Amino acid sequence: MKRFGPMFRKEFIQMRRDRLTLGIMTAIPVIQLLLFGFAIQTDVRHIPTVVLDESRTPTSRELVAAFENTGNFRIVANVDGRDALDEWIARGDAQAGIAIPHDFPRDLARGTTATVQIVVDASDPLSSQAALSAAAGVAQMRDLAILSAAAHSTELPLEARVRPRYNPGLRSANYIVPGLVGVILTITMVLVTAMAIVRERERGTLEQLIVTPITKTELMLGKIAPYVGVGLVQMTTVLILGRFVFDVPLTGNVLLLYSIALVFVVASLALGLFVSTLVRTQQQAMQVSFFFVLPNILLSGFMFPRQAMPAVFQWIGALLPLTHFLKVLRGILLKGVGVPELWREMVILLFFATVLIALSVRRFQKTLD
Amino acid sequence: MIDSAVTVETRHLTRRFGQVVAVRDLNLTIAKGEVFGLLGPNGSGKTTTIRMLCGLLAPSEGTAVVAGVDVVQSPDLIKERIGYMSQRFGLYEDLTVAENMDFFAGIYGLEGPGRRGRIAEVVSFLGLNRRLNQLAGTLSGGWKQRLGLASALMHRPPVLFLDEPTAGVDPAARRGFWTTITALAEQGTTVIVTTHYMDEAGRCERIGLMSQGHLIALGTADEVAKHVGGKDLEDAFIILQERDEAEQDAKS
Repeated sequence: MKRFGPMFRKEFIQMRRDRLTLGIMTAIPVIQLLLFGFAIQTDVRHIPTVVLDESRTPTSRELVAAFENTGNFRIVANVDGRDALDEWIARGDAQAGIAIPHDFPRDLARGTTATVQIVVDASDPLSSQAALSAAAGVAQMRDLAILSAAAHSTELPLEARVRPRYNPGLRSANYIVPGLVGVILTITMVLVTAMAIVRERERGTLEQLIVTPITKTELMLGKIAPYVGVGLVQMTTVLILGRFVFDVPLTGNVLLLYSIALVFVVASLALGLFVSTLVRTQQQAMQVSFFFVLPNILLSGFMFPRQAMPAVFQWIGALLPLTHFLKVLRGILLKGVGVPELWREMVILLFFATVLIALSVRRFQKTLD
Repeated sequence: MIDSAVTVETRHLTRRFGQVVAVRDLNLTIAKGEVFGLLGPNGSGKTTTIRMLCGLLAPSEGTAVVAGVDVVQSPDLIKERIGYMSQRFGLYEDLTVAENMDFFAGIYGLEGPGRRGRIAEVVSFLGLNRRLNQLAGTLSGGWKQRLGLASALMHRPPVLFLDEPTAGVDPAARRGFWTTITALAEQGTTVIVTTHYMDEAGRCERIGLMSQGHLIALGTADEVAKHVGGKDLEDAFIILQERDEAEQDAKS
């Protein structure tokens, strides 16, 4: 391995001199974090809502206020007829409508079931789901209040006491930011190394390089080594910003996190290197990398829970290093767990890194055929 | 038994790319310290021959022994004993002259004071002193060739392969380059060079003339010219090229 040193030094100088790439690699974590952290909120709030109140009584106004007080609904207009309500939703100016009929206060006073209609634009399932559960919640609360008043009792027959552990505020930033560390590392690490060998091929420097006694392993390891540092810097950026801008906790052992991250970074770099041995041009390398990024975002559990996916997609997800690294990230950052809980993920990541490096070395030929 | 005065020896060396035969049944013997020129029109098989001798391409048939090493059996070992310069500038344009040389010295296994000493030696041999901190990409064609040669010489290879080393280099730089080549040969380095320039071919001790993958003439410039039926080498070259083109037309 005596030629690893010169190879590493050369790659490091080239990386340092390529200001544009270096700038992009440092800017990506910051931009992504701010985008995902601020723009993407899975807890949907302030859904624009129209109200059709045909009864116009204090009772109905009280109900509307209860809806608004959940924070999930924002009343944008009061309309006069059913057609107007439908129109608002059809136009997209409102995503939910609350229709309170004439006989609502009368039914309520009589003790027969009073109905309120909630119309939801379900073309966006995420926000309609939030609207539906919030509406059901409001109705349930009112029911309870009325029933217990009638029974002259404040004791509930049954109550489920829910304890949201590890993320008591159910904040989506706590879920997204740790995941983002993994996603950013995957995207940048795979992309930079996917270019590594084809760039030398395109520039004509590979021919000069393979006519020297350098071994395939020295070449491969020397190529990826400088980027390990870049990856760890990126991770640190996201963690620090996550901590101070989004208040994401850092519960567990940081040293353990960095050790596992090191393995994950090497695995991602090795994957890029493997791509580099498959393609002939930098453009192809770029396309293959982007093709690879999508399943990582969709199937790894970064945004969508894997338990909800059909088995086939869960298996595909299990083949992505990111899937396992996400468990490590959330486990250490949010739950504060350690080796006893995470050793399986550690073994899998180590396996990925070793196999991918071995595959790239095997694929790479020191000839021009 | 391998004759120690012989540095390159090929027997029935052949390379096919699919249906196309790039080099056919090549038999060559080149002595130690010789400057040997490979001449021929584009596509005649010069580059393929050199790439096989460097271990960059595996021969389809035949054998080649370079500096005592069988190219087919030990393509890795051969790389420690040869220097190679491709047609295209193969060094890193985003590294400086010094960084390029340091890199190749390291890759050829030179370390510590030995590396520094050897770099200093090559730098003064090729007159690169005043260019050391310049980015290789900003060098002129002539200086790029010198840097390419410097990097290929780091490990004192007994055999040097130069594939059209002076393409795109101005006449003064070409002359300087050839003075260097001659000096290397006098020190015992065997130089195998491909070229398009007739004056350069005249500087070789022997030349091999290739056409459509065949070696069709071998000897000094005059001998080769006579063999093809031209009054000088340039004449011979043109006769050959016209004959090739006529054959190509007849085929299609």
